[in-house]
Amino acid sequence: MSVVISVYVPRDSSALSLGAEKTAKAIIAEAARRGIDINLVRNGSRGLFWLEPLVEVATAAGRISYGPVQASDVAGLFDAGFLEGGEHALKQGLTEEIPYLKNQERLTNARVGVTDPVSLDDYLAYEGYRGLQNALKLAPAEIVKAVTDSGLRGRGGAAFPTGIKWNTVLNAAGGQKYIVCNADEGDSGTFSDRMIMEDDPFVLIEGMTIAGLAVGATKGYIYLRVEYPHAHKNLNAAIAAAEQAGYLGQDILGSGQAFELEVRLGAGAYVCGEETSLLESLEGKRGLVRFKPPLPAIKGLFGQPTVINNVISLASVPIILDKGGEFYRDFGMGRSRGTLPIQLAGNIKRPGLIEKAFGVTLREILYDYGGGSATGRPIKAVQVGGPLGAFVPESQFDTPLDYEAFAAHWAVLGHGGIVAFDDTVDMAQMARYAMEFCAIESCGKCTPCRIGSTRGVEVIDNIINNQDRAKNIALLRDLSDTLLNASLCALGGMTPYPVLSALNHFPGDFGADQAV
Amino acid sequence: MSQLDWDKNAVVEVIDGLKEKPGAMLPILHGIQDALGYIPPDSVPLIAEALNVSRAEVHGVITFYHYFRETPPGRHTVHVCRAESCQSMNGKGLEAHAKAALGIDYHETTADGVFSLEPVYCLGNCACSPAISVDGETYGRVSPERFDEILNEVRAQA
Repeated sequence: MSVVISVYVPRDSSALSLGAEKTAKAIIAEAARRGIDINLVRNGSRGLFWLEPLVEVATAAGRISYGPVQASDVAGLFDAGFLEGGEHALKQGLTEEIPYLKNQERLTNARVGVTDPVSLDDYLAYEGYRGLQNALKLAPAEIVKAVTDSGLRGRGGAAFPTGIKWNTVLNAAGGQKYIVCNADEGDSGTFSDRMIMEDDPFVLIEGMTIAGLAVGATKGYIYLRVEYPHAHKNLNAAIAAAEQAGYLGQDILGSGQAFELEVRLGAGAYVCGEETSLLESLEGKRGLVRFKPPLPAIKGLFGQPTVINNVISLASVPIILDKGGEFYRDFGMGRSRGTLPIQLAGNIKRPGLIEKAFGVTLREILYDYGGGSATGRPIKAVQVGGPLGAFVPESQFDTPLDYEAFAAHWAVLGHGGIVAFDDTVDMAQMARYAMEFCAIESCGKCTPCRIGSTRGVEVIDNIINNQDRAKNIALLRDLSDTLLNASLCALGGMTPYPVLSALNHFPGDFGADQAV
Repeated sequence: MSQLDWDKNAVVEVIDGLKEKPGAMLPILHGIQDALGYIPPDSVPLIAEALNVSRAEVHGVITFYHYFRETPPGRHTVHVCRAESCQSMNGKGLEAHAKAALGIDYHETTADGVFSLEPVYCLGNCACSPAISVDGETYGRVSPERFDEILNEVRAQA
């Protein structure tokens, strides 16, 4: 029998961080030693990170997975006949049947972990570019309407309706319009942008191309954080392949419409994830936040009308144009429509990427998916939505993931990152870190953020050291109020979320119960 | 002597190749740092002239961004993640171990010039915390023992 068996070893950087490269080399070497011909595919990650490196084998029944597979496990896997799906202690069964994956609603991430990320053939074989094909038959306003109908809201954190933003740019007068993708994913606990760009870059390219058609923009930039070198490489490879095949360039698929795309690297400034700071940086300046108005949709990059959207927002557009706004809108709850790629991280037994329709509760994510803490101790708090997100205590774990439900608890969903902490965490230290982070990353333009963050560290130190504790707690609340209401952007404006939520839910960690 | 020898030709080549791009400043700074490992202060006037901005503006941009550096790094740069997810998995213990093992603090280079140590605020490897990166390659679930192994492997390559 001469059928060449396909073996999949992820090239996602998290899988690589756990040894996937060595595993791949060991599989190639072992196959050669045994004289077996295999087709090794370097796919993306399925996002089941406690099982990475997750090796899959294509069988007649479907892809069967083994994990976590270290290089030292490889000879044993061959002995066990893993190429035919043989039994082994690391065998996880059919990948698609693993409950963690099976119970998800993967729309935006449909191909993540399935395909070779930089293979255009793979992308096309798995329903890629069907959204663009439809968009090319529509008038710009019809494309915008489909996105508006889908109920898609900005997945970067602000949750502003994407269709409304696009409509503003469509109707703005201006010569050169731009599509800018905010790929400065700096929030701790988030990695879904990274996974899209590393593991299915074509879906982002397709989404940006559709955005260009929708608003009449012929030039796009992806502003990518420098901490993501693998995403940079894969995006550039995918852009080159798309250009080669006529999906990008001066005449997209013979339509006469143009769209060009370029990746630009950031340089380690968290604040450049704020849209106006990002635009300044793209223009070659210090990443100082701009006053709004004017909105970027009216006066954005180089003073021109600009759509600026997060990676996940843009990567959700192709399926909306493929299957229709109604299809997407039918997922979710309330005013949170569609799906959210939830990133479960921190002190958790089964961390990973969980794309679910809005409405799933925090408790389901933490325990049904996550299996509780990695250390086996009780989960004391979770931080949702990055370093500017509130800490949520156990008493609120039944909150559904929904923008408005979180807002009702004075918390945010943000970019969908969830970081779990066990009961050894000192919440006063976490509050101090939030202020310290704000001080390190402040762009310095507005006083509340620039000065307030440094004062915040000092005040929290005084509280921790029991110097005039009651007075300093009152001072911290007052300072937080200034930051909340007088900062120019969300960095200063939201740093009080982690600080005050820590203080309000865990006053004991601040010694507040002893403060008189 | 204002600084060590630096390769002016490499800098000029980067500037000439990129200066026509819209918003060319960051691509040029990246290009120089990719080529030389840092941005020599004496390259600032060249960049300023090519982009028709003041030297103060170039200096301002370089110093705004944590990633850009004006001194040569060690042969290998180790970034240790300080962000929340890593903290939840003993990231602080790893930070302390990294500083002790290398005998340096953040933003410093070992006396033998082999390792520079830098903090980073998230590598996007939060599902495998705590994380570090060495010369751009990320490592996950890094215990202090694993940290020593990784550095020994890197040292052996050098």
